[in-house]
Amino acid sequence: MALLTCDHLTLGYEGRAVLSDLSFEVQAGDYLCVVGENGSGKTTLMKTILGLQKPLSGRIVFGDGLRQNEIGYLPQQTLVQRDFPATVREIVLSGCQARMGRRPFYSREEKALAGKHMERMNLLPLQNSCYRDLSGGQQQRVLLARALCATRKLLVLDEPVSGLDPRVTAEMYALIRSLNQTDGVTIMMISHDLAAAVQEAGSILHVGEEVFFGTRDSYLQSAMARRFLPAEGGQPA
Amino acid sequence: MIDTLRTYLQFPFVQYALIVGVLIALCSSLMGVTLVLKRFSFIGDGLSHVAFGAMAIAGVLHLTDNLLFVMPVTVLCAVLLLKTGQHTRIKGDAAIAMISVGALALGYLLMHLFSSSSNLSGDVCSTLFGSTSILTLSLSEVWLCAILSVLVVVIFLLFYHKLFAVTFDEDFARAAGIRVDAYNLLIAVVIAVIIVLAMNLVGSLLISALIIFPAMSAMRLFRSFRSVTICSAVLSVSCALLGILISIVAETPVGSTIVAVDILAFLLFSLIARIAERKR
Repeated sequence: MALLTCDHLTLGYEGRAVLSDLSFEVQAGDYLCVVGENGSGKTTLMKTILGLQKPLSGRIVFGDGLRQNEIGYLPQQTLVQRDFPATVREIVLSGCQARMGRRPFYSREEKALAGKHMERMNLLPLQNSCYRDLSGGQQQRVLLARALCATRKLLVLDEPVSGLDPRVTAEMYALIRSLNQTDGVTIMMISHDLAAAVQEAGSILHVGEEVFFGTRDSYLQSAMARRFLPAEGGQPA
Repeated sequence: MIDTLRTYLQFPFVQYALIVGVLIALCSSLMGVTLVLKRFSFIGDGLSHVAFGAMAIAGVLHLTDNLLFVMPVTVLCAVLLLKTGQHTRIKGDAAIAMISVGALALGYLLMHLFSSSSNLSGDVCSTLFGSTSILTLSLSEVWLCAILSVLVVVIFLLFYHKLFAVTFDEDFARAAGIRVDAYNLLIAVVIAVIIVLAMNLVGSLLISALIIFPAMSAMRLFRSFRSVTICSAVLSVSCALLGILISIVAETPVGSTIVAVDILAFLLFSLIARIAERKR
């Protein structure tokens, strides 16, 4: 059974549909990239999958024992967080909230888990640093470690490289790739960078007036990709 | 001067004032960090004016125990303000401005129309600036304040990590299954309780200072949520103690003296932060 199945979803705000009749599946181990222009409903789709808002119609089914609150989520940064006094460790630990339920304090296992993911993200030397003093790339790695604490299976990333310089962007993509390939984490990434998406992802969901869902190779063959991607070696159309 | 203090400290009313002052300063600073970081500080300001209006109504109705009326009204307004901030057509900040100014104006109007007191401006002044009410506390008021303060501290400790999660990133917390709306409600209710309690200490106009200044000062110097919280609590309690003692010796109004000490501490912390930054 698929990890995540979206069945004839219609999404939007206050009865106004942004996306309608959307169906796709995410299998365990997939690397899916959701692309589309601004306002095409990428973020709305993600919020619906996370349970932050309800679909207007259709349904989302979780499989393989995944529960909705077990999705690791990397949000776009908000203004509030930029001047927030908190250490790397405090933020990464807060990713364990879902597994705590009503228990008020973190257990030893949860602290160990946070330590493990900080190590994986190469954050241990920074664990007592203040979040607002970190560089953009470091901040993203902190939020990624927090997302990893919340999930074993599925990471949902919202524009993980926006605002990062090219070198750090490449590092971030490499990190996400290794999480997918080495650690077997299923990735669902939202991006407006189509060129990077077809390079990194195994399958593509292109939303907008037209919808495409399929493997990367079949996307590259499609008429849609030819319209949105610059021709090989040539100039953008 | 020490002798004067020693003489005063033997009076029960001075002891009560110190106990209540410390407790209120502690509670307000704990919630202050969350409030400032959540950009909720204006709710505190709005609620304090509502508490003033409610106090005026209670006075007009000649209620024996003002708190029994003021507390529920303020808590109710806290809930309403939070709801209007979320969904309705009137924008959150405008709604708060309307409610707070409205409560202030109607409160004064009611006091003016119906008060039997011969010293109206004195009554208004002491409700707004809390000039002497802290020195006229009864033992039962001290107990009430102590019980509510312990409750606030216990709630804060139990929900510390949840409050952190909800404050740092609401969407992430909601995706993790935390009932964010319930915690926002809890924060608003606790703030309402603190504001009503603090009216005795600093009066309704100055309460926001008690909530905001210690948190802002702590954030100048400290860089983790835990150290900011602890520093804010210690600072707030010290400033309250110092302020009350100074006001007794110098015969100044209690509330404004405490706030003046808070302001000085903020300036001092800002200065230290600036020097520390230059050294790096």
